[in-house]
Amino acid sequence: MSNERPHGDIRVTIASDSDLLAVRQSVRALALELGFSVTQTVEIVTALSEMARNMLAYAGRGELVVQRLRKGDRQGLLITARDEGPGIPDVQKAMLDGYSTSGGLGMGLPGIRRLMDDFTIVSALQKGTTVTVEKWLTHR
Amino acid sequence: MEVPILKQGNYLIASIQSALSDSDLAQLRDALVERVGRLRSRGVIIDLTALDILDSFATRTLRDTAHMIRLRGAETVIVGMQPEVAFTMVQLGLSLPDIATALDLEEGLIYLGRKTRPREVPRARGQTGEQ
Repeated sequence: MSNERPHGDIRVTIASDSDLLAVRQSVRALALELGFSVTQTVEIVTALSEMARNMLAYAGRGELVVQRLRKGDRQGLLITARDEGPGIPDVQKAMLDGYSTSGGLGMGLPGIRRLMDDFTIVSALQKGTTVTVEKWLTHR
Repeated sequence: MEVPILKQGNYLIASIQSALSDSDLAQLRDALVERVGRLRSRGVIIDLTALDILDSFATRTLRDTAHMIRLRGAETVIVGMQPEVAFTMVQLGLSLPDIATALDLEEGLIYLGRKTRPREVPRARGQTGEQ
């Protein structure tokens, strides 16, 4: 597992479930450090975990990148999960609750979308899938 | 990191002390299912207070654990789920159907006290009236 943090970013190759625990812990620390509430932090780490599980289930491996975001005085986190797996034949169908082709592994994309503020998916058959999510700090 | 399992009378108490890897969780499942028989326990408490998240794998493993323990003749109660973890599970669409939960260890013990009877020690062969 490679784990570099240029400018506070986290970049990790996920090839087995044992890679998951370490990245969960570093992203949890980063989110709390940025000022996210415990609830938001649990949402972020859970979404990250499900994104990694999808890569493991469908592509066998993939890469997770976690970056800080800044827009004006707003701060956020960007998580990208990129794999070179078979791709998703019908992305619209995959966004429906309860749809799964891996025998119930992972809770699917709609759940991840509900946990985060922004959700984007790009998938190409035989090329792979990239899921990008954002979570923004709310001012309190 | 291995989860310590304490024997407390007829019960087993597994207190998760930190974030767990998938294999730690699977190991906990196997250890509980085995010990329920070996120690003739009637009830199991799994304390999640220190668990960081419950994702789809962790939820499924807990569900499997409780179902396996029931098949071995004992009851399981899950205690200590943090509010943030419960909130996130519901948003993600995860649930623990047919699995008892309680607020904390104390409530879990009260639940098991109501649900379980001590196992009777099987009598040695020959002592029972064989007709």
